[in-house]
Amino acid sequence: MNARVLLLLLWPFAASAQGFAGLGTETDGFATPQSPAIFDFPTDHGPHADYRIEWWYLTANLQAADGAPYGLQWTLFRTALAPEQGAGWSSPQLWMGHAAVTTPDMHYVTERLARGGIGQAGVTADPFEAWIDDWQLTGPDFDRLTMTASGPDFAYDMNLTATGPLIFHGNNGYSVKSAEGQASYYYSQPSYTIEGTLTLPDGDVDVTGTAWLDREWSSQPLSDDQTGWDWFSLSLDTGKLMGFRLRQTDGTVYTSATWITPDGQTTAYPDGAFNADPLSTATVDGRTIPTRWRVTLPDRNVDVTVAAINDQAWMQTSVPYWEGPITVTGTHTGVGYLEMTGYE
Amino acid sequence: MTRAGLHALLSHWWRNPMQLFTLVVGLSLATALWSGVQAVNAEARASYDAAAATLGEGQFAQMTSDAGMIQQADYIKLRRAGWLVSPVVEGRLDGVRLIGLDPLTAPNGLGPVDLSDGELTVDVLTGGVFFATQDTLDRLSDYNVTLVPSPDVAPGVILTDVGTAQRLLDMDGFLSRLIVASAQPVNQAPLADVAPDLTVRTPQNGTDVARLTDSFHLNLTAFGLLSFAVGIFIVHGAIGLAFEQRRPVIRTLRALGFPLRRLVALIAVELLALSLIAGAIGVGLGYLIAAALLPDVAATISGLYGASVSGTLQLRPEWWLSGLLIAVGGTGMAAATSLFQLARMPLLASARPRAWAMQAGRGRLYQAALAVGLLILAALLGAFGSGLIAGFGMLAALLIGAALALPVVLDRVLAFGSSRAKSVIAEWFWADTRQQLPGLSLALMALLLAMAANVGVSTMVSSFRLTFTGFLDQRLASEFYVYADDADQAAALQTFLTSRVDKVLPIQSADQDIRGLASEIYGPTAHATYRENWLFLQSAPDAWPRIEAGEGAAINEQLARRGDIAIGDTITIAGQPFVVLGIYGDYGNTIGQVIVTETLFNTLFPDIRALRFGLRMDPADVPALSAELRDSFGLAESNMINQAGIKAFSLDVFERTFTVTGALNVLTLAVAGFAILMSLLTLATMRLPQLAPVWAQGLTRARLGRIEIIRAVLLALLTAALALPLGLALAWTLLAVVNVEAFGWRLPMYLFPLAYLRLAVFAVIAAVLAALWPARKLARTRPADLLKVFSNER
Repeated sequence: MNARVLLLLLWPFAASAQGFAGLGTETDGFATPQSPAIFDFPTDHGPHADYRIEWWYLTANLQAADGAPYGLQWTLFRTALAPEQGAGWSSPQLWMGHAAVTTPDMHYVTERLARGGIGQAGVTADPFEAWIDDWQLTGPDFDRLTMTASGPDFAYDMNLTATGPLIFHGNNGYSVKSAEGQASYYYSQPSYTIEGTLTLPDGDVDVTGTAWLDREWSSQPLSDDQTGWDWFSLSLDTGKLMGFRLRQTDGTVYTSATWITPDGQTTAYPDGAFNADPLSTATVDGRTIPTRWRVTLPDRNVDVTVAAINDQAWMQTSVPYWEGPITVTGTHTGVGYLEMTGYE
Repeated sequence: MTRAGLHALLSHWWRNPMQLFTLVVGLSLATALWSGVQAVNAEARASYDAAAATLGEGQFAQMTSDAGMIQQADYIKLRRAGWLVSPVVEGRLDGVRLIGLDPLTAPNGLGPVDLSDGELTVDVLTGGVFFATQDTLDRLSDYNVTLVPSPDVAPGVILTDVGTAQRLLDMDGFLSRLIVASAQPVNQAPLADVAPDLTVRTPQNGTDVARLTDSFHLNLTAFGLLSFAVGIFIVHGAIGLAFEQRRPVIRTLRALGFPLRRLVALIAVELLALSLIAGAIGVGLGYLIAAALLPDVAATISGLYGASVSGTLQLRPEWWLSGLLIAVGGTGMAAATSLFQLARMPLLASARPRAWAMQAGRGRLYQAALAVGLLILAALLGAFGSGLIAGFGMLAALLIGAALALPVVLDRVLAFGSSRAKSVIAEWFWADTRQQLPGLSLALMALLLAMAANVGVSTMVSSFRLTFTGFLDQRLASEFYVYADDADQAAALQTFLTSRVDKVLPIQSADQDIRGLASEIYGPTAHATYRENWLFLQSAPDAWPRIEAGEGAAINEQLARRGDIAIGDTITIAGQPFVVLGIYGDYGNTIGQVIVTETLFNTLFPDIRALRFGLRMDPADVPALSAELRDSFGLAESNMINQAGIKAFSLDVFERTFTVTGALNVLTLAVAGFAILMSLLTLATMRLPQLAPVWAQGLTRARLGRIEIIRAVLLALLTAALALPLGLALAWTLLAVVNVEAFGWRLPMYLFPLAYLRLAVFAVIAAVLAALWPARKLARTRPADLLKVFSNER
């Protein structure tokens, strides 16, 4: 019995009988998102312990001086075992960090786990600091951040600067996830410029690019009949697009999307406006995973093909999933990140 | 046809139930001893595995603090500096070892504990759950935690969450040690910058409990194997005789056109079935033996080596399978010759059971040559061989050679007796005994091996006991030992104690590699205690005075042997050269040890302060001082060791060892006695033609019976006389060859004449008991049957 299996059971984000990762469980005693969403910054950059799950999720599309593409992920998850609070070791708050670097032919990934209440991991809002062990995402405010992570075979050290405003998804940050009304609070900073150094087995690589930070918290974001999701964040020549589809046990999907103009204006799209259809699959860790997609948002004349830079961007962590950089071609061109969960 | 053939073959057993009994019982007993010993071994090993899995020792490096405990804040600092370490909180609760781990960061999670129940896991992390064997849980008072019986947790250990452990042990904010994960990130601050007080101890083989206890298991296994060999002698005899007696049946079957190949196959199947049945009975008996022995073995091992073994037996597939396999394999070995002969037998060969019994005599010259060859090989291996394999090779050559030599030697002795005989009856007695020898030789070889094993193992165990208690006297020379929790307490203790006892002897040590071998450096205070009690195996002249003058160091035997260091050689301690002036015995220790003076030690390791103290005082005052220390310093019982207590405990451990060896002694002798009984019974019916003429000439049946018993006693005594030197050679090999190769130190060998005498008496009693029934049968043979011999010659 190792921590991996243990986490699989504990983490609401883990595969279980009910929905992907037990996300479709009851909220018993935890707070639930309410509409309209009212945010209070910088406080809301910090943790919301009375909600069951929460994450600070950063992905970046990078380029080295020689033009080689790289992908980078830095994620801190929080989960609460119980709505009650406890101090020290008996705190019900658990933290999980995932870090990855993707190259066209390699995918480096590592994971950290920590108990809340002892200082090993946590988030403070002002000044902003999110950490687990030696990994950090920190800065005087949310617009200027430094980011570090390290694993047995890689490390990175990055500086991020926001070039646009925060983006609120769904109804001003109240993001509905199913026809029954399950929802989460969801906002992003999709416009960071990023530069820094990747430490890889072959040596250090200086890189620059763009990064996208997602903030989301909830207590029960999935409906019981939803099994997983495919999530896209695309930085296109004429704007940015966040879109996801939640797969349901009956084969249908529930979709949602946000179109972001270059000056930060957003349009939220309800179920059905955004489409993503697999074009081809790859065998990853013994599973069949779609790694080329046709993504459309007819309202914005978006009809693009999305392809993984590296098919094998498998996150072999306590809760395994696919997460990697993509390229976009078609009516629009650009780069982005794709996350796929619940593929058994 | 197959059915008829099988029926004909099996009918032999109906007509000779005693032979079937011999075969099945012999094989069962052999298997029982083997599998019983294996069961004990398997159980003990499983317990160590559980312990290893529980603690993660040996596998991972550990981080410890010289101050004793580690601040939790330092743990967080380390994690935040990129050190993948995991906290451990250890202590005692109701005398049980409590280990708290953090399942999220521990490299092995909660060890063997199954956390597949999500709700239970939440309780582990936020409430309080104890995982331990039922035995252990039963010993605990109520701590308001959930108790989960977990058979795979090491005995005497509770596993729990680190937070729960901190709370119950009153260690909030402190950790006992940190486990260092094997894979560390690429970016990591140097340890000296983050937590300079902490040191990393690399995983050492020396801390591996299993290695320590291997010596004990080695002895048990040797015992089991010998017992099995004894049993196989019986089986070999029974099968050979059965084949011989069935020759008429086989001849008839073949004459009727039964194919030879099918016949051989039928017999092989029959033997397989018999061996499986006997093997199953043996495994069952073995389980009973193991169940009876295990509590004592468990206590012995935990006492000797501090390794806890569960006192309950579980049916492990590895040992009952191995028991069945060895029963089938042993039968196969014993039957191979007979089956081979059957396959090559001329169609009309007649049965010659008597000739079969005498057959062993024919190849005597060849056998003698082989025996001499094997004994020479054993001597050569002893003189020039090296390595564990050579040690075991020597044991095997010695035992087989001696067993083969036995009939030859006995024959010469009996021939000598015969030549000295004064009366006719005496001459007949010697000649008749000699003539019976071939038929009895297998049983006597079994007796020889059983006795030799007993002499060998009891010599070894007793030598170990003497050496070890002597060693305890030497090492635990002080009357009372006190352990401080930290440097401050140590300083306070030292001041407090100095005025109350005759002499306070600080015991300070540092870990350092000597010639690449993990070692501890000790710096004892110069005191008569050491001069008087520490005896050197080898030393330079005036070793103690010179060591006390700081001219050199003393090292233990392990270091001397492994590092190939002799008196006068130089070793390097803390960068400085030291001449080795003495080598001392250090039994049971797995790593090297070096002794220098206190002054030198303080110069070499200025940062290390003694946390342990030996106190020379009036033993009568120990209880009072102990109570005072508990009240004024809050010292726990585990921080104080009364020397008398340790010695009593050690002796108790050896008493238990003796119980185990004693039980095995009796069992092997019983098996050998059974072999003699069966051989005598077999011979009894065949011998009538030889006894009838003696009876006809006037020797009464009762007297013939008495002579039978005398003969058994004589043969047992002769065998015992030969078993003694063989057993001593066996003991010497175990102590001076195998032990040195396996563990790096040589045990001095002591002799125990009284024990050997007792053993000889047992052997004679076994032989008399075995001869009693055949003798009685002979004494009661109807005169008519004896007369028949003359009218019914074959």
